Amino acid sequence: MKNRRSLLAVPYVGWMALFVIAPILIMVVYSFTTAAFDPTLANYTGMGTYTSIFLRSFQLALIATAICLLVGYPLAYVMAKEGPGFQRTATVLIMLPMWVNFLLRTYAWMAILENNGLLNQLFDLIGLFDLINGLFGTDIEFFRMIRTQGAVVLGMVYNYLPFMVLPIYSVIIKLDHSLLEAARDLGADTAGVFRRVILPLSLPGVLSGVTMVFVPSVSTFAISQLLGGGTHMLLGNLIELQFLGGAYNPHLGSAIAMVMMVIVIICMWIMNRFGEGEEQAVVL
Amino acid sequence: MPKELIRLSDCTVSFDGEVVLDKINLYINDKEFLTLLGPSGCGKTTTLRIIGGFQAPTAGDVLFDGVRINDVPPHKRAVNTVFQKYALFPHLNVFENIAFGLRIPKADPETGKREKLSEEEIQRRVMEMLEVVNLKGFERRRVNQLSGGQQQRVAIARALVNQPKVLLLDEPLGALDLKLRKDMQNELKRIQQAMGITFIYVTHDQEEALAMSDTVVVMDQGKIQQIGTPEDIYNEPKNAFVADFIGESNILDGIMRADGVVEIFNRKFQCLDKGFLPDEPVDVVIRPEDVDIVPEDQGQLKGTVTSVTFKGVHYDTIVDFYGFKWLIQTTDFCPVDSHIGIKIDPDGIHVMKKSQYSGLFGDYSSYSEEYDEIGDATLEPEEEEEESHEE
Repeated sequence: MKNRRSLLAVPYVGWMALFVIAPILIMVVYSFTTAAFDPTLANYTGMGTYTSIFLRSFQLALIATAICLLVGYPLAYVMAKEGPGFQRTATVLIMLPMWVNFLLRTYAWMAILENNGLLNQLFDLIGLFDLINGLFGTDIEFFRMIRTQGAVVLGMVYNYLPFMVLPIYSVIIKLDHSLLEAARDLGADTAGVFRRVILPLSLPGVLSGVTMVFVPSVSTFAISQLLGGGTHMLLGNLIELQFLGGAYNPHLGSAIAMVMMVIVIICMWIMNRFGEGEEQAVVL
Repeated sequence: MPKELIRLSDCTVSFDGEVVLDKINLYINDKEFLTLLGPSGCGKTTTLRIIGGFQAPTAGDVLFDGVRINDVPPHKRAVNTVFQKYALFPHLNVFENIAFGLRIPKADPETGKREKLSEEEIQRRVMEMLEVVNLKGFERRRVNQLSGGQQQRVAIARALVNQPKVLLLDEPLGALDLKLRKDMQNELKRIQQAMGITFIYVTHDQEEALAMSDTVVVMDQGKIQQIGTPEDIYNEPKNAFVADFIGESNILDGIMRADGVVEIFNRKFQCLDKGFLPDEPVDVVIRPEDVDIVPEDQGQLKGTVTSVTFKGVHYDTIVDFYGFKWLIQTTDFCPVDSHIGIKIDPDGIHVMKKSQYSGLFGDYSSYSEEYDEIGDATLEPEEEEEESHEE
C-alpha cells in the first residue's frame, strides 16, 4: 500500500531530476572546464576580480530585505490583528501588483523616477526646486533618482514586499489566541505579549519571508538593468553577460552562479540555525 | 468567619443583544474551593473570564478585596488562569514556561518601581513549583514532548508560581482520560490546601464538582440556579434542573397536603419538608438509591420492571409505576416483567417548589426509549444490506 502510494511521486521526481538536478550537474561541469572542456580551476581562481560585484549584490539584497522586513512585519501584524474586512482589502492590495506583468511594473517605475519623470515633474510643480535653490543658492532642476543604487533597492522592495508580508501574516493569524491571553494573564502588557510570545512564534514566517525576498534580490538582473541603468552591475547582470551578452563565456558564468549559490545556501543555513529555537522555517 | 475576596454584583454580559449572563450575584471567600457547574453555554466560562479580566461585564460590578476592578486589565490582577487547553508556550521549555510570569518586571505596589527578580530567585521558585506539581527533572523538556497530564501540571505550576490570590481553572481536566482525571482531582485538592489560596473551578462534570468543592454554584441559561455545599446541592436541590443535573433523580408531580405529608400518585407519603401552602402543587425528587425494593404486597407503590442494566456496583432498574418510569439503583436483581413494590423513607423524599424547569426532567421513560431507538438503528442498516445482497 505504502509503495503504491509512493508511485505518485514518480512524475515529480522525474521532473526534478530532468530540470533541476541535471542542469545543476551541467553547471558544475561547465564551471570546472575550459571552452574546450578541459578540466580547469581557472574559472574559480579568477573570481577575485568580481569581489566588488559580489559585495554590492549582497549588500543591496540585504538592504532590500531589511527594508521589506521593517515595512512588512508591522503590516502583517496589523493585518492579522484587524477584522476580516481589512484583511481581505489588504490582501488584495498586496496581491494586485503581482497580477501585473513584472517588466511592465518596473518600466512604470522608470517613468516615475526619470529625470523628467512623474516625480520630478511633481516636485517642480509644487515649487520644491525653486524653494531649495532659493534657500541654498543651488541650481537644481531635478533629483537624480533613476540609475542609482537607491532605485535598484526600491525596485527590489516594491517587487518582493508581498513575499515578506504574506508568510509572516499567515503565521501570526494562526497563533492560538489563548497563548496571548495566557501571556496577559501572567502579567505581560501589550508590548510584553508581542516581545515574549508573538515575535518568537512568528520567526518561522520571518525566516521564510527573508528567504523569499533575499534570494531573488541577490540574483535579479532585470531590476538593476532597468532601474540601475546598468551603471551598478550586480551578480545577475554579470552572469547574464556571460551567457547572453558580449562577454560570452558560459564556463565562467557557471562558476559565478555556483559561488553565488553556495553563498546563499550558507546564508540560509546560518539563518535557520539562528532561528532554530522551535519550528523549522519553511525554506523555499 | 471567612473573609470575602471576590464579589460579582448584578453582572450582566450580552453579545449582540443576546444575554449570556443575567444579573449574576456571587461572592467568593478567601481560601475557598468554588466550582461553577453547568451545561455548556450556561455562562460559567464567561463568569470566569470576568474574574480573569478577559471579559468586561456589560453591566454590574466586579469587586476584589472590596475594590472595583471592572477596568483593571488581566496583567494587573492578582489572579492567574489555567486555560482549558493549557495554552503552554510552544517556543519555551518547561522551565521557561513556568518562569514566564516571573521574568516580567513587576511594579512594586509601594515604591511603584518596576523590579526584576534575580536569576537565583527565579530558579528557586520554579524548582519549588516543579516539586509541588511532581515534575522534578522535566525542566529542560519541551512542552510538546509531555503527556496531557504533564502539560496540565506545567500549566498549573506556571499559574501558581506567581503566587496569585486566586487561581482560575477552566475545565482543566477535560482533555484527560478518566483514570488520570481522578488522580488530578486529588492532586488539585492537595495543591489548593497546601498553597492555601482560592480556587475557582469551571466544569460540566457534576461528580468532579461534588468531589472537589467547598462550594458549588450551579448555573443554567446565564443564571445561578443554586449555591451551596456539595451535600446541600445533592440533598436539597432547589429546582428540577439542579436535581436532574446533579446525579440521577426521579422527579414527580406531587401535592403538599400538610407539613411533612406529600401526595404522589394519590398516595400519601411521609416526608421532612415543611412550610408549603396547603395543597400546593410541588416537584418531588426521589434519588434512585433511596428507593427500597420490597415484595409487591408490602410496597407503598406497585410497579413492573421494564429494563435492568448491570452497572458493576448496582443494577439500574427501570420500573413502570402507573405509566411513569422510575430509575432505581439497587443491588437486588429483579428480572424484567417482575412485579415489585417499593418503600421510601421520609428522608429519601425531597420536595421542591414548582419552577420553569418543572415537568422537563426526571421521567425515565425516555431512558428506555433511547435504548430501543439505538437497537432499532443498528437493526435497520443490516436489513437494508441484506436486501441489497438479494438484488
